[in-house]
Amino acid sequence: MEVINITKSYDPDFVAEVEAESEQNVRLCYQCGNCTAGCPYTFAYDIPVSQIMRLVQAGQKEKVLSCRSIWICATCESCTTRCPNDIDVARLMDVLRHMARRYNYNAVPTVRTFVDSFLNSVEKHGRVFEMGLMAAYMTKTGRFWTDTDLSPKVLPKGKLSFKPHRIQGRDEVAKIFERYKEQQR
Amino acid sequence: MSEARTYGYYPGCSGMGTSMEYERSTRAVCEALGIKLVELEDWSCCGSTPAHTVDHVLSAALSGRNLSIAESMGLDTVITPCPSCLTNLKTATHRMENPEFRSKVDKLLDKPAPGGVAVKSVLQVIFEDVGPDAIREKVVRPLDGLALAPYYGCLMNRPPEVMQFDDPENPTSMDEILKALGADVVPYGLKVECCGASHGIAQKDVVTTLSGRLLDLAYAEKAVAMVTACPLCQMNLDLRQGQINSANKTNYKMPIFYYTQLLGIALGLPEKELGFDKLAVNPAPVLKAIQEPSHAAS
Ligand code: SF4
Ligand code: SF4
Repeated sequence: MEVINITKSYDPDFVAEVEAESEQNVRLCYQCGNCTAGCPYTFAYDIPVSQIMRLVQAGQKEKVLSCRSIWICATCESCTTRCPNDIDVARLMDVLRHMARRYNYNAVPTVRTFVDSFLNSVEKHGRVFEMGLMAAYMTKTGRFWTDTDLSPKVLPKGKLSFKPHRIQGRDEVAKIFERYKEQQR
Repeated sequence: MSEARTYGYYPGCSGMGTSMEYERSTRAVCEALGIKLVELEDWSCCGSTPAHTVDHVLSAALSGRNLSIAESMGLDTVITPCPSCLTNLKTATHRMENPEFRSKVDKLLDKPAPGGVAVKSVLQVIFEDVGPDAIREKVVRPLDGLALAPYYGCLMNRPPEVMQFDDPENPTSMDEILKALGADVVPYGLKVECCGASHGIAQKDVVTTLSGRLLDLAYAEKAVAMVTACPLCQMNLDLRQGQINSANKTNYKMPIFYYTQLLGIALGLPEKELGFDKLAVNPAPVLKAIQEPSHAAS
């Protein structure tokens, strides 16, 4: 097991920031491992969710924000539902993603690009434009749609529109994003 | 029940595209059950699964605009078929009970989000306001002998503090509805296990592993089809079943229905209205079994 010297790397500001933003008391975690036991994504994680909790307690900012797990977590709410100490673990994982963005960590770029393409689509049209979203994602990742095998299954069904569903209030939606971005500056 | 109950209706973006059969069958079934849906005028995207991974206030504001529309239309309850929309609308409402959070959300909106609009799933309304007994009386084409695996997905009932419907580990509302239609509901231990969610695009192996497990169990329990209440789960299990088969070296051909499609067929609604032609895995063999029940209903 890896040994971390917390006297050197403990970052109290990081702990405070996570706690304030998530409205959770991370000190309540006593490492029972329930969250990890129920997490369907443990197989794909570099750090299991209970260990992320421990690393947050230990103020290990760099280690936590640079891990892959926080991007792969699907917010399935299993951890939150099963934590005996009522810690909203999924909310904490969400907050760690927010912080990873803020401090420019990007361990799984495909996930971040997908999220960004999705929100751009909403910002532009007011609703998600599925076709446009896929095109934007492909362009940005340089990956041709890894799902080309699906096109013959989807297209004849007439489910995917080639035009966005624009709504009248799309300016109102765009303004939500605009105000949000202004606040981030 | 006699008079129609009226609800604000939030279809959600996928209902306009990849889950149009869910949207269509939801409308048809609600009408048949006396549930009146008033679509929110000019509704916008709730942020779906991505928005909350970027910022909670932004995510709540995207829901808040839609809740405001409901309020201005005089609707006190909004219902949606999609668990992902449901989660966003409900989580926003829940977090806005904190005044500090609410004021941050309001700063992003043209007008403050309302406080008093209730949010429920269509499943909850069908289960609680109509109920399995009333449904049983309306069945004209029973699903006799059909072994079905009910799959709720991870979001519909969790976390319980927010969702406030059914059991977070072992929900039974859809089971009860399917039983009222005459179906055999198989024991299905992965009812609330995640299917891989929106990782189909960015991290496909995650979906083939997790959704593959769901199909394995449905087969092991000898189900002839799975029944879902979530567009994302349905898409992963149905549209990606070929990808799952190649990744896991299986050869499944398991139809994945929306519960509203089967409810509709049992209520005798025209198959055309229920969108069976939109499913990727051919549902015809299972549908045929409904038309010609192996043993007559007594
Ligand atoms: S379930 Fe809760 S207490 Fe147990 S390890 Fe996870 S976060 Fe800590
Ligand atoms: S919410 Fe994330 S961390 Fe928690 S169990 Fe689900 S995938 Fe794992």
